[in-house]
Amino acid sequence: MSVALVLGAVLAVVAVLLVARPFLREPSPVEDTLVEPDELDRRRLELVEERDRALAALKELEFDHRTGKVSDDDYRALVGPLRRRAAEALRALEPRAEARHERSEAGTPEGTPKGQ
Amino acid sequence: MADLGRAALLVTFGLVVYALVAGALAARSRRRRLALSAQNALFAAFLSTLVAAAVLLVALARRDFTFAYVAAHTSRSLPLGYALSAFWGGQEGSLLLWLLILTGYAALAVWLNRRNRDLVVWVVPVLGLVATFFAFMLCFVSSPFVVAPAPGDGAGMVASLQNPYMLAHPPMLYLGYVGLTIPFAFAMGALLSGRTDERWIVATRRWTLAAWTFLGVGQLLGAHWAYVEIGWGGYYAWDPVENAALMPWLAATAFLHSVMIQEKRGMLKVWNMILVALAFLLSLFGTFLTRSGVVNSIHSFSQSPLGGWFLGFIAIMTAFSVALIYWRLPLLRSKTKLESLVSREATFLYNNLLLVALCLTILWGVMYPLLTEALRGETRSVSKPYYDFFLHVFGLPLLLLMGIGPLVAWRRASLRALGKTFLVPLLAAVVTGVALIALGFGSSTPGLLAYTFSAFVAASIVLEFQRGTSARHAIAGESYPRALVSLVGRNRRRYGGYIVHAAIVLLAIGIAGSSAYQTVREPAHGLRKGQSMEAAGWTFVYRGLTTHQEADAQATRATVDVYRGGSHVTTLHPGKNWYPVEQQTSNEVSIYHDPRSIGDVFTIADQIDPKSGVLFLKVLVKPLVNLIWVAGFVFVFGSVIAMWPDAVEQRRLAERYAPAAASART
Repeated sequence: MSVALVLGAVLAVVAVLLVARPFLREPSPVEDTLVEPDELDRRRLELVEERDRALAALKELEFDHRTGKVSDDDYRALVGPLRRRAAEALRALEPRAEARHERSEAGTPEGTPKGQ
Repeated sequence: MADLGRAALLVTFGLVVYALVAGALAARSRRRRLALSAQNALFAAFLSTLVAAAVLLVALARRDFTFAYVAAHTSRSLPLGYALSAFWGGQEGSLLLWLLILTGYAALAVWLNRRNRDLVVWVVPVLGLVATFFAFMLCFVSSPFVVAPAPGDGAGMVASLQNPYMLAHPPMLYLGYVGLTIPFAFAMGALLSGRTDERWIVATRRWTLAAWTFLGVGQLLGAHWAYVEIGWGGYYAWDPVENAALMPWLAATAFLHSVMIQEKRGMLKVWNMILVALAFLLSLFGTFLTRSGVVNSIHSFSQSPLGGWFLGFIAIMTAFSVALIYWRLPLLRSKTKLESLVSREATFLYNNLLLVALCLTILWGVMYPLLTEALRGETRSVSKPYYDFFLHVFGLPLLLLMGIGPLVAWRRASLRALGKTFLVPLLAAVVTGVALIALGFGSSTPGLLAYTFSAFVAASIVLEFQRGTSARHAIAGESYPRALVSLVGRNRRRYGGYIVHAAIVLLAIGIAGSSAYQTVREPAHGLRKGQSMEAAGWTFVYRGLTTHQEADAQATRATVDVYRGGSHVTTLHPGKNWYPVEQQTSNEVSIYHDPRSIGDVFTIADQIDPKSGVLFLKVLVKPLVNLIWVAGFVFVFGSVIAMWPDAVEQRRLAERYAPAAASART
């Protein structure tokens, strides 16, 4: 019985040490805040997802057209809007990338929460 | 050692409560070290649960009957493998298995997604919440570490559970049930954090697929166990315990399809949240059904310590999910709309409606007897015709849609393109249907439809592979075999999915053949030595009885010579086992696998009179039944291809989410 309790106590100590590890490793950190992605990051992610969706759809459309699943008429009707969507997403991403670059050049930390 | 088990479970309880509370505080206040500490609590919880599980396993292996659980589920004569399988044979042990898998999955999922800190920070408290419930049950309601004065021998194990399938079937189901917690936790984490982009889907894609595969394989193993062990001649009886696993699998199947529409078109965000929550809640409900005793009687449910707690937790998690989805509705609105009712996404939508309808009708079939007993005190049952009717109404169109979907293009499809792509599958279906009618298979309309639709789906799958390979050959100039390999390699989810569809076709053919076209012979009179009976062109001659002693049972076996067209094909030995410790008798069926019909000749010794030696023999001839088990292998093969990591896609996704992850790190 005593062996079991000792083992149980050892297990509890190991668990506590593991849980306390982040505090033990950094007793007084310079920064202890989880930085939330800002609005710019969220918008960028939305655009990247939109770009990827449009590019994947274009690729799939090409493939379906080649395999005969999409007729020539459907292909012509669908390819234009898809290309436009992909181009718009790509265009929208470019200035954002520049803005990010400028921001980092100016020394503003990436992902600084709004209002900070 | 029971003290160590109890202590380990208490440590787990403390850790998961900490993961819940500290995780929620950290997410709310954005405190980095506290968030890391909550994550570490999940890792530590897995370790301590592992210790508790090891204690129980050692007790089972040593037949330590001071553990009440070990005494209730094993005996000295029980072989070691079965004694260890008692881990999940009882209520307390299976709850411990739930917690062990959950903490293991939670630790792994959090560690793999540690870079997505702004998402994971909200996932940790959700995982902590679910784990807190199970740890609480194990510590304070239903502990496997209760000790009592050791009896001379244990009560043993239910005879039907003493089967090799029981070593794999329940753990597979639990890997599936519990696996559905991970996509649920990430979905709720995404809602809590307000990050409703696709990251939670990307993070949990393989988790969902793996859980769904485990659930599917677990059900097939269970079906095969029922087939060879229970001794009634079937593999699925629409039993509530079987339905308990089918329902979350159907909901997860719907989710796996609809989530593709969100990825491809950015649509159905609300629907996907509902499905992922439904699949998780049904997995909880499935555990409740199998473990609360409610299936036997509403009265045994009220006496069970588990029932009320489980229902309460399911109610809380339902309210939690609904409230979160409602709260985040503005973020989940889709910017795109369905362009045409004749498009791939529309067929996915129809598939989803049918899957959910089938799932809900099964749920109603399970709930109805419980509700009538609880509310009116009447004992009602929902039997096979109810389920068969809805399986035909929803299942057959689903089968057909499986063939139609891949042939239709995304966004919209013109009639001309449809005519071109549908021609071969339609021809295959018509030729199959006509040939089957000519061969006399028109006796069962559902069977005929299942075969015809299966021909349509099989042709569409072959066509997809053929057209894709030809296109790849034309684009890249590769040889056809190489083009096929690179086609599948570059589109693993799509072509892995088609292989899974092929498995479903095999399953449908196997089910239709073995149920709609089976022959059952059960003569009212018994056979004496030397007498024979006929079934579907087979002759069975009874030669006599033998008895022998097995490790933990007294076995009686009949010897039955089987002939076809006057030629001896095989000798079968159906019989019964008597388990003296458990005071139970089991039917031991004997099966001949017929390569000609890919079916079985299945014999059951319904009754044996040991004095007169009279045998009441039941014979079932089940054509094509072995396709069901072949389907299992194809299903696993397709699933593995679909979830096999794709380095190119991994790089693309890493690049997509890297800036957000970098921002979230400090």
